[in-house]
Amino acid sequence: MSELLLTNLLNVTNLSISFGGLRAVDNFDITVKKGQLYGLIGPNGAGKTTVFNLLTGVYRPDEGKVFLDGENITNLKTMDINKAGVGRTFQNIRLFKKLSVLDNVKVGLHNRYHYNTWEGIFRLPKYRRIEKVMNEEAYKLLKVFDLENEADYLAGNLPYGKQRKLEIARTLATDPKLLLLDEPAAGMNPNETKELMETIRFVRDEFEMTILLIEHDMKLVAGICEELTVLNFGKTLMSGETNEVLNDSRVITAYLGE
Amino acid sequence: MDKIPKIWRDNLITYGMVIAIYAVMQILISFGLVSRLMQGLLVPLCIYVILAISLNLTVGILGELSLGHAGFMCLGAFAGAFFSKITVEAITFSPLRFFLAIVIGAVVAGFFGFLIGMPVLRFRGDYLAIVTLAFGEIIKNVINALFVGLDDRGFHFSLSDRASLGLYEDGEVIINGAQGIIGTPQDSNFTVGIVLVLLTLFIVQNLIRSRDGRAIMSIRDNLIASESIGIHVTKYKLMAFSISAALAGVAGVLYSHNLNNVVASPRAFGYNMSIMILVFVVLGGIGNIRGSMIAAVVLTLLPEMMRGLDRYRMLIYAIVLIVMMLFNWSPQILAWREQHSIKDLIGRVRGRSRV
Repeated sequence: MSELLLTNLLNVTNLSISFGGLRAVDNFDITVKKGQLYGLIGPNGAGKTTVFNLLTGVYRPDEGKVFLDGENITNLKTMDINKAGVGRTFQNIRLFKKLSVLDNVKVGLHNRYHYNTWEGIFRLPKYRRIEKVMNEEAYKLLKVFDLENEADYLAGNLPYGKQRKLEIARTLATDPKLLLLDEPAAGMNPNETKELMETIRFVRDEFEMTILLIEHDMKLVAGICEELTVLNFGKTLMSGETNEVLNDSRVITAYLGE
Repeated sequence: MDKIPKIWRDNLITYGMVIAIYAVMQILISFGLVSRLMQGLLVPLCIYVILAISLNLTVGILGELSLGHAGFMCLGAFAGAFFSKITVEAITFSPLRFFLAIVIGAVVAGFFGFLIGMPVLRFRGDYLAIVTLAFGEIIKNVINALFVGLDDRGFHFSLSDRASLGLYEDGEVIINGAQGIIGTPQDSNFTVGIVLVLLTLFIVQNLIRSRDGRAIMSIRDNLIASESIGIHVTKYKLMAFSISAALAGVAGVLYSHNLNNVVASPRAFGYNMSIMILVFVVLGGIGNIRGSMIAAVVLTLLPEMMRGLDRYRMLIYAIVLIVMMLFNWSPQILAWREQHSIKDLIGRVRGRSRV
């Protein structure tokens, strides 16, 4: 573990974007090491989700550079950033609601297993072989998240907590190096949040994943994050180890006011 | 039988329905129980069913709105008829000629689908609806103004009139402006129509249940999420739309080879026709292939069967549209259908027979 921690996976320098006159993200820097569980926190409207959108190519930054594992991924398209190894989930869950739970994960496997359109339409041997592998692979992921019994359900019919899990499973299916979780605990009760914490930790250990997450639930943040960066009005308020950051007077002021 | 996955069984039921209808019609025809009028409707029914399936691929599976599907049908109709007309003497074996005509009709319509989709499908929003609406009208009007002739020197094109083609005496006018193509070999028949319906079904249903189909449906359900997991959104939108256009082209070829004279009239290829196909899809259930086929059949037969009630025809038609809408989407009826579905019935019968 200690050796893993030595190398940086995500390196962001000087990231900025303005919407009209508003500087939504201003000179944002972050360095996430391999295998780390990193938290991005801040009051509402601080620009946290905008940072995620910048990292995943939904917005193009005005300035700044994003390096993933030494590779420059600034200005790439969303799909190419995913191919480069960044997976994300969304604040408001975005599942393929009319597809089955299994198919949701299989769409995630899309770029890892290939057969062409004709092999698919005419059900050629390669189709059968690859589909079988995809099914196995998808079930493996569903099992990790305890969803294998719901594999045939429509994703939209799952209860909320399971939808969150499915979204993570789908993203992991793309085999990312870095997982971005946007408020994974939003809308969850304390029990569900506790379970989620275990899931996140499990994902980190089991998949040797590096995770950057946005969260408002301070219990969750304090419980699992090793390092934090605090955003306020688009600017980095401070970065550091979790305990140190959460007890800093500037951070407390940003959240609670003077 | 139990090893067949549920989805496969679902597909098989649809194929079975088509084949059963074909068999029943053939038996009725051989006993002379089908009127001339009805017999004349069989090929158009196949055409509408193919159109409904193909538009459902765009509207229901891809989630984009196309208001010019009749335009692609028109392209297929004319491309196929054009080919058949110039090769009617060269290729005397009519099944081969018709097969080639179908391929050409599909390729031409598919190519135009690709051409239109290329710029438009990059955008998010209802741009496709606007552009296809215009496209349908443009295609129809261009073909109405198009004169093409063939003589020893090759093809001649004109957009003004027949005389300006400057044909030799032995030359032949192939597309004669607003009079269209006259003398297409009549290769369409009910059997070919059913085969093409089955082929369309095969292509669309298998596409949906493949890697590409999942990608297409993921775009429909959530474009942003789809991009975030590395799906090439534009590519798959284009793929679905081009295949959909190509299948409409197939329906067009079937159409033009069912008539002696194919004309790019508003009635056959106009806006109303495009909307008609959309009505099949919406009433049959967006994304529900079998439903759209049933809607196409019912809504085509209905006005014809009610010719006797001429005065109330459109009134009854309107009521049927409303009733079908209720039948398809009312929660109670959905629940009722769930309990009394054909699949269930088959399951129960099989269960009983095993005991």
